[in-house]
Amino acid sequence: MTDTLKPRNGKEVVDAVQWALSRGAALELVGNGSKRAIGRPAQSDLTLDLSALRGVLLYEPEELVLSAQAGTPLEEIEALLAAQGQHLAFEPIDYGPLLGGASASGTIGGALAANLCGPRRIAAGAARDHFLGFEAVSGRGETFKSGGRVVKNVTGYDLCKLMAGSWGTLAALTTVTIKTLPRPETQATVLVAGLDDATAVRAMTAAMATSCDVSGAAHLPAAAAGRGGLGEGRSLTLLRLEGVAPSVAHRKAALMAAMKGFGAVEVCDEPLSRKLWRAVRDVTPFVATPEAAARPVWRIVTAPSRGAELARMIAAVADAEVLYDWAGGLVWVMLAPSDDAGAALVRRAVSACGGQAMLIRAPAAIRAATDVFAPQEPGLAGLTKRVKQGFDPNGVLNPGRMWAGV
Amino acid sequence: MVAMPEPDRAVLARRDRIVKALSAIVPGEGVIASEAAMRPFESDGLTAYRCLPMVVVLPSTTDQVARILAYCHREGIKVVPRGAGTSLSGGALPLADGVLLGMAKFNRIREIDYDNRVVVAEPGVTNLAVTQAVESSGYYYAPDPSSQIACTIGGNVAENSGGVHCLKYGMTTNNVLGCEIVLITGEVVRLGGKHVDAGGYDLLGVINGSEGLLGVVTEVTVRILRKPETARAALIGFASSEDAGECVGKIIGAGIIPGGMEMMDRPAIHAVEEFVHAGYPLDVEALLIVELDGPQAEVDHLVARVEAIAASCRAVSCRVSTSEQERLLFWAGRKAAFPAVGRISPDYFCMDGTIPRARLPQVLARMRELSEHYRLRVANVFHAGDGNLHPLILYDANAGELERAEAFGADILRLCVEVGGVLTGEHGVGVEKRDLMPTMFSEVDLAQQQRLKCAFDEKGLLNPGKVFPTLHRCAELGRMHVHAGKLAFPDIPRF
Repeated sequence: MTDTLKPRNGKEVVDAVQWALSRGAALELVGNGSKRAIGRPAQSDLTLDLSALRGVLLYEPEELVLSAQAGTPLEEIEALLAAQGQHLAFEPIDYGPLLGGASASGTIGGALAANLCGPRRIAAGAARDHFLGFEAVSGRGETFKSGGRVVKNVTGYDLCKLMAGSWGTLAALTTVTIKTLPRPETQATVLVAGLDDATAVRAMTAAMATSCDVSGAAHLPAAAAGRGGLGEGRSLTLLRLEGVAPSVAHRKAALMAAMKGFGAVEVCDEPLSRKLWRAVRDVTPFVATPEAAARPVWRIVTAPSRGAELARMIAAVADAEVLYDWAGGLVWVMLAPSDDAGAALVRRAVSACGGQAMLIRAPAAIRAATDVFAPQEPGLAGLTKRVKQGFDPNGVLNPGRMWAGV
Repeated sequence: MVAMPEPDRAVLARRDRIVKALSAIVPGEGVIASEAAMRPFESDGLTAYRCLPMVVVLPSTTDQVARILAYCHREGIKVVPRGAGTSLSGGALPLADGVLLGMAKFNRIREIDYDNRVVVAEPGVTNLAVTQAVESSGYYYAPDPSSQIACTIGGNVAENSGGVHCLKYGMTTNNVLGCEIVLITGEVVRLGGKHVDAGGYDLLGVINGSEGLLGVVTEVTVRILRKPETARAALIGFASSEDAGECVGKIIGAGIIPGGMEMMDRPAIHAVEEFVHAGYPLDVEALLIVELDGPQAEVDHLVARVEAIAASCRAVSCRVSTSEQERLLFWAGRKAAFPAVGRISPDYFCMDGTIPRARLPQVLARMRELSEHYRLRVANVFHAGDGNLHPLILYDANAGELERAEAFGADILRLCVEVGGVLTGEHGVGVEKRDLMPTMFSEVDLAQQQRLKCAFDEKGLLNPGKVFPTLHRCAELGRMHVHAGKLAFPDIPRF
């Protein structure tokens, strides 16, 4: 039975953490809880609910900045930006449906703490690359800040990077400032149907080598495409172009010519193009339908040219379905249920091809018993523990969420 | 002048032994101990500060770096890493009781991988050499600090260097995928690689911009980009900096992120034009260079839109480059701004604050007042797109103007913070801005940053005296006072 603390401002977050410190209690940090099923199950006594820290504090489109309280719904921020012709260029994935929850229920603080990103990772980076500044409460119960509200800043250590992807294990973000960017005027997708995985990775590599500024390169093998209701039994290799209309038209022609040698080339304009990339972003083919919910899902990053080989190694020994993003550099793998969610065979393939694997979807009991984040070399593991110690010496904030003892 | 930590006499007394031990690790000419031979290392790009190191060591392998650092860690000896020594903030300023660890011999490109669009380079490779290695295949490395001919990629990581293209293409941190680093203990740690966004704390993101205080970089993996099909630049003159600032805001407001967007004020325009003869108009108060890059169709489309926006902002002149030669000439002036100012003044300081761009007119007006107050001239070049100011303060050290120039610079940076900006956009804190850190950060903020330092370097041996105005012991920083008692806020909603 866990109790919930729901502070209404930064000061109350300090009070909550100090109180937990005095009791030796551990807190599970949540915004709206949309990614609660990711990571090792919380070993906490109380929930620190940050969703009441809500509201945009500053938005200056011409300066490309927005500040908001960390619990502000992402959807609210995205709507505000869209009204000014801007967007979050890091294209944060909506994990809801993949994890069997509601869609569009995350907060900006959660998006940053989990370092979310999407297909545009290859062109515009991840949340880390757009995180300009923050105020947070450390596990020491102290409010501290880092960064600023300008887009270019090297004053002191870049703690924004450290917070991005720390999953609430170092500090509770209370206020965040991010970079906003113009939303491309239009987009189109150049599509090659029927390629096998290895050829598709070669095609995507060739596309990335053109000067067409490809902002998304994904491959859905026939099975994955079929699950998403796409492809009519064929695989789909998707290449996205974004920008002003004359530029997209010009690049579309150039890219189609470059892809001709690989197979039959088609083009999807808006709004279908937008829909396709939403499906890639949210890994829609692997969403938790009643049939698929029990099947573990892995997110594997690797050198793009090794993506197909890595997937082949896994598929050779397991019932695996895959989906490629980032021109092969991101491989989503859905396996049949098993005792370790396939950890051993996935990690074997990753150690052969290079990269890192993270278990995104699995029952809590498996996530408690298996490494969810990639196991670390001793040197890096030691460094990670010492960093945690520096921010949260008593292990009050999300202890064990990433690794046991962190 | 910013004071450096007092040299440790006990360490200096052991100098001969230390030199011998280092020579055993790096045989031959890898250890420099004579005063004359160490002289070239006594300062970096912040030439107002000079100090001879205790000894210079130039390793050429990761193993040597690891053994040097492990030795210094064991013996309690300070270490200052150095790339090409082009830091403008004194990041590579030696310490009298410290080992200067020069990385210049790490000068090989280890791998060019076009399929994964990355280059793996040793840290002593120059920034420009990375681009040169791949340009025949149509690629380039995006961050381009003005010192790119000389500055090294390892130094770029340490300083998180920017350049004129970083509004669109990001700083070093956005373009580095992996690093091999050696900790002060001698442990070798690999962060990232050819893949992006590995799980775990983003220590790669922390190493970028850590100014040599956390670890020594021994290998860097950077992403390379396909060269844009074409680029054109517009040279736009304005009768006031307000008009120029409005134009910049409207360009971005219209959804255009130019490849580069630079502003110069009147003194900078005049200094540059006399030096380079780039054809800059001399009768304007502010000059913008706006560069659009990408496919031809896109560039032509956007150039037309930028011209229309400029006209709506009362531009008094507007020239768009019609050839590659003309585009490069437009840039030649801006790129020569520092030496051009160096020509008209015996010494100059280059400042590096960032401000919310809308505050530019106010900041420039205040700077003019300060210029009169300190009786020193100032010329401004400005990365207009991202609000990064480079005021150049002209002074003559031989005429005793150094202290006044430093005070002027400090006032400018305080002003930047006051209007919502920061102390440094791309040059780093180093020695130069160290004592101004409390204008931006509270004691708690700085202590938390130093706790990160403790995780990497508990004894505080790597580049001490830089970035942080006050050095605290890690044991002291680690102490925590837990307030005993009950929930301090009984009225907090609980469910």
